[in-house]
Amino acid sequence: MDHLQRKLRDLESTMIQQGILDDQFSQLQKLQDDSSPDFVYEVITLFFADSDKLLNNMSHALGQKDVNFKQIDAYAHQQKGSSASVGAAKVTNICAAFRSFCEAKNLEGCRRCLQQLRQEYDIMKNNLLLLFKLQQDIKTFNRSIPTRE
Amino acid sequence: MVCEMERDCIEDMMEIEVLPSMWPEDVGTDVGKQFNIEKPGRDQDMLEEVTILEEPAIADFQRLMELTNYTEKGSSQLAYLMKHWEYKQANAVRLLREELDNLSKQRKEVELRKLEILKDNNRFQEESYGGDKRPISILDDVYYTWQDLPVAIRKSDVVVQNKRIEIEAEYDTVVYWKHRSHDLEKQLEASIRREEILKEKLQESIETIERQSSPVEELSQILKRADNFLHFILQNAPVVIGHQDKELRYRFIYNHFPSLQEEDIIGKTDVEIFTGSGVKESQDFKREVMEKGVAAKKEITFETELFGAKTFLIYVEPVFSKTGETIGVNYMGMEITDQVRKRERMAKLREEIAVQKAKETELNKTIHITEETMRAKQMLATMSHEIRSPLSGVVSMAEILTTTKLDREQRQLLDVMISSGDLVLQLINDILDLSKVESGAMKLEATKFRPREVVRHVLQTAAASLQKMLTLEGDIADDIPIEVTGDVLRIRQILTNLVSNAVKFTHQGKVGINLYVVPEPPFAKSEECHQKATEDQSTVSSNGLKEEKHTSSPRSTRCDQNLIDVKKHSGQPIQNQAFNNECSRSSANSECSMNDDTEEQTHSSETTVWIRCDVFDTGIGIPEKAIPTLFRRYMQVSADHARKYGGTGLGLAICKQLVELMGGRLTVTSTEHCGSTFTFILPYKVSTACDNSDDPDDLSDVDNNEDDTTEGFFQFQPRTLGSLFTSNGSTRPHRISHKFNGFPDNNSYSNLSNNIISNGTNSVEDASSVIVNASDMLESTSSSSHSSETKHECLVNGNKQNHDNNKAHAMLENGTANSSQCKEAGREMNLETKSRGPQQTCQGQGKEDSTSSTSTSAEVTKSTLKPNILLVEDNKINIMVTKSMMKQLGYSMDVVNNGVEAIREIQRHSYDIILMDVYMPVMNGLQTTKLIRSYEETGNWDAAREAGIEQSLSASDNRAVPPKKRIHIVAMTANTMSESAEECFANGMDAFVSKPVTLLKLKECLEKHLR
Repeated sequence: MDHLQRKLRDLESTMIQQGILDDQFSQLQKLQDDSSPDFVYEVITLFFADSDKLLNNMSHALGQKDVNFKQIDAYAHQQKGSSASVGAAKVTNICAAFRSFCEAKNLEGCRRCLQQLRQEYDIMKNNLLLLFKLQQDIKTFNRSIPTRE
Repeated sequence: MVCEMERDCIEDMMEIEVLPSMWPEDVGTDVGKQFNIEKPGRDQDMLEEVTILEEPAIADFQRLMELTNYTEKGSSQLAYLMKHWEYKQANAVRLLREELDNLSKQRKEVELRKLEILKDNNRFQEESYGGDKRPISILDDVYYTWQDLPVAIRKSDVVVQNKRIEIEAEYDTVVYWKHRSHDLEKQLEASIRREEILKEKLQESIETIERQSSPVEELSQILKRADNFLHFILQNAPVVIGHQDKELRYRFIYNHFPSLQEEDIIGKTDVEIFTGSGVKESQDFKREVMEKGVAAKKEITFETELFGAKTFLIYVEPVFSKTGETIGVNYMGMEITDQVRKRERMAKLREEIAVQKAKETELNKTIHITEETMRAKQMLATMSHEIRSPLSGVVSMAEILTTTKLDREQRQLLDVMISSGDLVLQLINDILDLSKVESGAMKLEATKFRPREVVRHVLQTAAASLQKMLTLEGDIADDIPIEVTGDVLRIRQILTNLVSNAVKFTHQGKVGINLYVVPEPPFAKSEECHQKATEDQSTVSSNGLKEEKHTSSPRSTRCDQNLIDVKKHSGQPIQNQAFNNECSRSSANSECSMNDDTEEQTHSSETTVWIRCDVFDTGIGIPEKAIPTLFRRYMQVSADHARKYGGTGLGLAICKQLVELMGGRLTVTSTEHCGSTFTFILPYKVSTACDNSDDPDDLSDVDNNEDDTTEGFFQFQPRTLGSLFTSNGSTRPHRISHKFNGFPDNNSYSNLSNNIISNGTNSVEDASSVIVNASDMLESTSSSSHSSETKHECLVNGNKQNHDNNKAHAMLENGTANSSQCKEAGREMNLETKSRGPQQTCQGQGKEDSTSSTSTSAEVTKSTLKPNILLVEDNKINIMVTKSMMKQLGYSMDVVNNGVEAIREIQRHSYDIILMDVYMPVMNGLQTTKLIRSYEETGNWDAAREAGIEQSLSASDNRAVPPKKRIHIVAMTANTMSESAEECFANGMDAFVSKPVTLLKLKECLEKHLR
């Protein structure tokens, strides 16, 4: 059990260290209390669903003949806002870069960004899924999650 | 000059008799000649047509004679003339002599022959006659005339021929001798006759010579011709030619435009002739030339009565005597006034062009530098912005860390970390502000705001974080308009900065803000130390400022050190104190009349009002020598201070920049160890429309202004004393009673700007109890207006009231809100929500219905204790997170997804605070805010309708939710360039929270705006 908790802590700190997550994620964790015990999970799940949709929209929009940069910018903004809210720091940063490419109507830049975005997003997603799994494991041991105060 | 001609003539001696006609032939071809004259034939004709005015030349002839006698040139000329003449004479004499010689030779011959003949006669007895003599013609073809002289000379080889006498008679006969003597006699006769003829001719010749024109005459003719030419040339030339003697007296002058008579000039010097500038100079110049003996030119500008301002180029040439002494000067002057003027104009133009060019380069340089500077500043701003984001991450992380379990050492380290982080953040913010102001990027926002509220909020904020035993006070003069227009954010920033500065350097005593209206300041004038109320009084009133109808006698004569104390006792507006020395009003004046005056004051106020704001403290003060550098960037009084008190040293610089940006002036006065006062005077626009005195409110008659909009005094005691907020007694209870009074007036109120919207309900019990309370206070205020007890009593009353409210608040809120920190907020909220409550819960009901029972009221109160918050956000995740945070903070909120929905929602309900995303689909946050502000100002949703938002049916009546007051709108920005804070403020937002929203940010924001 200690092992699991330590693993969870390690994973969290690694993610923060690598810049995948930032303190906003801890904010989310703080918001989790008895009245909403699965808040983080719910938010992140929503975030995943939203992001998947947005990423698809973006790649679809970028594949169009006449690329609608404004539309892509709106997606990127949306993605940026969501990522910032959940503390996905790297994804947020890429979104910022993405937006500037959109503004410059730089198709090549946008494509590269989207690729990068997918990459980072996948890393984050996998990590978070792992994190939730660990939390779930701990939960099954009926122990409190260490990050909660 | 004539000498040259002479030379030619002399060289051509043989043709001298035709000199007049011959002369120009070679002269004309000679280019090097100084004096070129046409052939006389033509010349004669030409000159005939020209009339030569000879008058201009005025000469002293005697002097001319002298000159020709004594000067080298004159003498040489004369010598040439003489030589020429002499030569001619000599020639004539030579010729005559030759002739004479010839004649005498012939005569000798003749006599010789006569003698021979006589001898012969003697030899051949007396019978011999001259009959045999033949007439001998000598020189018969010689004709002596002057004209023929050269010919004669050429024929000088002619010898007189002796003709043989031929006698036919037989030699040595008597007849022969007779014949012979006869002939000889005849010959002799003829010879004698011839001799006589010759003599006659000689005589004639001599006479002719004498009669013939002398060379002098010829020469003078030539001279005259030359003179004529000179005159011809000179007649229109703007030149003056003159000769002056050793003493510089004019001996000769030629002036085409003579303005003086001969006698006025000749024999006089320049100085004697004219007066004026330049005369002396020219004389000196001539003298100089004379001394040096070298000809020279000079330009002299004359300014004389005689011919006005003229510039002459003068040429002066010394004249030497034969012995080499200078005996005078020749002088030539030419008027070049126009040329000089032109030249000067050209020079000036050239100079101007040069200056222009220099300026241009300078300007270019400056522009370049400015551009560079701007770029640097923008760079700095961008850099700072870039630094700020990650740094705020660091700080907020550290803050989160403090909430975890830590041991003491860790906590200490963390505290240091946070405070350093905060300092760096502050520094960056300051740099950003400063660079914004300096680069001109800082835009001022004109928004309506209430100075009283601003002061109160600033003090409240300071009080909330106060860690010292300090009293914070705010005192606003009654004549300060209720609502003014200005950049409230910047003013608040300045105030906050100054107050926090004051708090920082004050260890005991108080820190306060005084506001009063001043006349438009000529900034140099009344910038003295206004640290003390008494000083204030004397200085300002002595300036003869605005007259005030009333004042309080005890106060004005009092010499209290503390302004605030004075005011506390009397409860009178500070304005009286500041502006009026005369005590025309007794201290027992009623609140009512005072307010009337205030009304008049505000009503008659101009569109621009100057408000002076003093932020004073009783702190350590500033040494005099540090004052000049106080407002400079990164300047602190001393390194010691910097260590002890910290800070960036930018705060005051920013304040000054901001104040000056707004057209005001920030000054400081300070006494070391006693305290400092920072004073800034700023102009504000006042719209008389928002004056609450326009609508006489019969129902709330006396008390209609007794709202907290006119509340003039706040005090925040140190927390340990048990009270956070007190106010001078007059306003609080009245306000409440007004609310009560105002309630039946629900349908008819038109006084929107009054902001006393009381369409809610109050429980009768509640209201009455407050009224009692209020009357108590009124009584105590009026009865003991000079005593210090008033304050305490007021305090007690206020406290009691506070406590009551707080108790209820705490009870109802179940302790979720931090009641100790925002009691006031809670209380206000309480009152406001009370009034709004029924609207939400029982909209459409008759207003009378709202006079409900105590229990209903309590229920309503409970249900509306929480502030109404609206979140306008399109991002689901953000909504979820924010909602959760709100929940944790103990608030609930409504959520809409874009601006249009937000406006619909606002039309239906009233909100205390709106959290507004900036970047949204359909309608963004900025536009939405603009529309809301427009509604608040105009009271209608026309602007929104124009933007295409139809009012919802339930809110079609404008009065359904009238613009109660300014809704706090907080922008939620993603911290990108396109969503800058400036733009948020420019569109009417009150504050902004950068995304992602954190619990702490949200909490701070709500605390700040829900008071």
